[in-house]
Amino acid sequence: MLHNGLRRFSTLVIALMTLALSPQTFAADDATRLSQFKLENGMEVLVIPDHRAPVVTHMVFYRVGAADEPVGESGIAHFLEHLMFKSTDTIPSGEFSKIIARLGGQDNAFTTQDATAYFQRVAKEQLPRMMELEADRMVNLQLTDKEVQTERDVILEERRSRIDNSPAALFGEQMDAVLYQNHPYRIPVIGWEHEMAQLSRQDALTFYKHYYAPNNAILVVAGDVTADEVKALAEKTYGKLKPVEGITNNRFRPKEPPARAPRRLKLEDPRAGQPSIHRAYLVPSYCTAEKGEAEALDLLVKLLADGTTSRFYKKAVVEDRIASSANGYYDSSGLDSGKIAFYAVAQHKEDLPKIEALLDGLIADITKNGVSESELKRAKSAYIADYIYESDSQATLARRYGWGLATGRTIEDMQAWPDRIRKVTSDDIKRVAAKYLDLRASVTGMLVPKERATASDGPAPAAAPKSRS
Amino acid sequence: MPLVRTVPCRAALGARLARIETAVSFLMLFLALGVVLSHPANAMKIQQVKSPGGIEAWLVEEHSVPLVAMRFGFRGGSSQDPNDKDGLANFLSAMLDEGAGDLSSGQFQERQEELAMRMSYSDSRDAFYGNFETLSENRAESVKLLQLALTKPRFDGDAVERIRKQLLANLVYAERDPNKVAAKAWFASAFPKHPYGRSPTGTAESIKAITAQDLEAYRKRNFARDNLKIAVVGDIDATTLGQMLDEVFGELPTKADLTKVAQTAPVAGGLEKVIEMAVPQSVAVFGLASIKRKDPDFMTAFVLNHILGGGGFSSQLMEEVREKRGLAYSVYSYLMPEDHAAVMLGSVATKNESIAESLGVIRDVLKHMASVGPSETELDNAKKYLVGSYALRFDTSGKIASQLLGLQMEDFGPDYVENRNAMIEAVTLADIKRVAAKLLDPSQLIVTVVGEPQKLSKESPAVVQGGG
Repeated sequence: MLHNGLRRFSTLVIALMTLALSPQTFAADDATRLSQFKLENGMEVLVIPDHRAPVVTHMVFYRVGAADEPVGESGIAHFLEHLMFKSTDTIPSGEFSKIIARLGGQDNAFTTQDATAYFQRVAKEQLPRMMELEADRMVNLQLTDKEVQTERDVILEERRSRIDNSPAALFGEQMDAVLYQNHPYRIPVIGWEHEMAQLSRQDALTFYKHYYAPNNAILVVAGDVTADEVKALAEKTYGKLKPVEGITNNRFRPKEPPARAPRRLKLEDPRAGQPSIHRAYLVPSYCTAEKGEAEALDLLVKLLADGTTSRFYKKAVVEDRIASSANGYYDSSGLDSGKIAFYAVAQHKEDLPKIEALLDGLIADITKNGVSESELKRAKSAYIADYIYESDSQATLARRYGWGLATGRTIEDMQAWPDRIRKVTSDDIKRVAAKYLDLRASVTGMLVPKERATASDGPAPAAAPKSRS
Repeated sequence: MPLVRTVPCRAALGARLARIETAVSFLMLFLALGVVLSHPANAMKIQQVKSPGGIEAWLVEEHSVPLVAMRFGFRGGSSQDPNDKDGLANFLSAMLDEGAGDLSSGQFQERQEELAMRMSYSDSRDAFYGNFETLSENRAESVKLLQLALTKPRFDGDAVERIRKQLLANLVYAERDPNKVAAKAWFASAFPKHPYGRSPTGTAESIKAITAQDLEAYRKRNFARDNLKIAVVGDIDATTLGQMLDEVFGELPTKADLTKVAQTAPVAGGLEKVIEMAVPQSVAVFGLASIKRKDPDFMTAFVLNHILGGGGFSSQLMEEVREKRGLAYSVYSYLMPEDHAAVMLGSVATKNESIAESLGVIRDVLKHMASVGPSETELDNAKKYLVGSYALRFDTSGKIASQLLGLQMEDFGPDYVENRNAMIEAVTLADIKRVAAKLLDPSQLIVTVVGEPQKLSKESPAVVQGGG
């Protein structure tokens, strides 16, 4: 649920609540919740008031991500994100996070294919200082060769932790590299190791100077503040920065050619655990889909494969017992495209083809017969409830709306989401299933243990850890 | 607080392979070290509610979001697993939404989805936890379902076998995950003859041996009213909550039937154990004996740990291992004051060629902290963070409920909230030095390393300590 929630962005709390609950209870309060405006230098601002606790979440999103990297410099967007915590003209090396900690705050950042975001969570009194610090490093970053070299070792260790030590993660990289034939989404956000190892101070600074500017940034403040307070503070800090010319919102990335052939791959690894099968489809995202299609895809995946009440789980795990788990998700937030993925874990390698056939059958059934009203109703109410639960967290809201704006969506568009979900019919789902769950736009992958297990559920002998003391 | 700067994975293939798997994340580590402390006393009013039937709970009313969050815990946990049934509590935690009363597994889960009710269970070494959230408008129906789950779970044969298969699959994955192997080996090495040394997720043998009768027996012995603590936050008043408490928990037995667990401590003398696994990066877990939650020095140890390895980029371990040397992406330590033993634990991951250097640096940091202690500035900075960040733990209903449950599980009163920051402020440099000298003896360090570490016995370069 969390997974889906974080990947979809949409909708205002108010819209949700009026959908699910008696409007009079909350509408009065929520009608004033969101404010959006622009500073003179082009920086967008979004304020999400939440006065329950005296804290704020302060985020800056840049409209740049890994998919914008120059050829051969994979990982530079994420590397720069790390380096942003080094020094500026006025902040000594490595002091950024320490200053925030001394103010009782927590800070971090993240990089994705389409956006890079920095955030702090602090007591509301510290908001002005956060804005000063963040505005400062938007334009005044200083980097020494030593800082860059040491941090490059850190990102290489990060890659080992996240990817190289995990067969599932290595396999996921391979799946993406095959799913996308031309678009940079085929390259991992953290980068390919051989290119990461070559990233330089100059690469980072060039990227920084090109993309980090108020007119390529979105400020989101959620928490115990008003729009007027934020506006005044933003004008005093970010508002003083000069826009950089030549940045446009039309981000050019190479486009995918028509997909003409289903692709298959298999990764054998001694540490793969149990055999698993994965199917990924290249589909539209909320940013690229025709009206209503992404919503229909959302509901399709929900009732087909998301969770224990889904068709895939019920059939593969509960009834046929050929999988120990079966799941699926729709990665719907990409600027240029989305992805639908299904996967299941089997006890025996021989069951993988059966699971694949079962999945194909379930998809064919929906493309032919659509879905039942009760399933559809359950899936809709589950999504709508997720949004009410998420409205309990200012940090989640900040992230959701900031991401939406960073990928070019409008508040109005996001607000209309529940209405559009409500309107999806069985026929819509049938239609998008037939249109997008097309094998030619898919990759089917198997991740299997290298040695055949001797016992039915035991580890492969060569993979079992050996003790040495 | 994530201690790390993340590249959010575009699709965490591994993360959702098994629905039962509990993610041991940095967030959880943060809870582990922070759950017992803290409070933003301002604005938050804690009511102590007693139901007509005598069940107590702490309540914070919050009517601006139309949901109710409840966290509850039964003292007991995986240390109550019978000897040959390791993993029983964990098994049970996966079975409580698999059918109850008249509802089969599928019916129960569909009903849950219709109501958009959230319910999950987890176990620690000393407690079995429940997590329940409902939309206000569905509260009455959701509460009925929760009550059924706790009092009339069915443990139908097909559901038990299905979950057993998932748990066995989880074990296969865990055996190949260097982080999990290192942590499991640490507890097995530190507590060889105690329930804490056993794996809370069991072994293939023990999971295969568990029956529906075992699950029901555990439930009957552990789900009772005298070992139960409850925290509720959200859109509900005290009177309504009283009725809800009686409805959900009223039928449980008055007294739990818990097996006595001996007090213990990690083995003395220190040890270093290497478990070979073909991975490019070695993962090490390190730790030693610490002090209990009710020890008068606990708060000092807490601040000490923050300076040492709990404070993210402000910590000495992060400074020495990552920032100065680029040896790791993540290195941290945290306190784990369990009911029957207290430990300080930490972890680091470094490429095989350099893990020895990371561990050498960590030992030197411990040594320096024990002999010299932190600087006055480091202590001040730690206090500033710990006091100032206090309110950040209370900004969602779920987080508040978790904090309030944590306090109750440790037998603190709501006044802890008022006093917590003063306790942090009262820690002196002399206290820290005294406790550091007592706790941080590198010769007592228990280390488990998983990977293909090189040069592990070689001395590492001395560390020059920064004063912060």
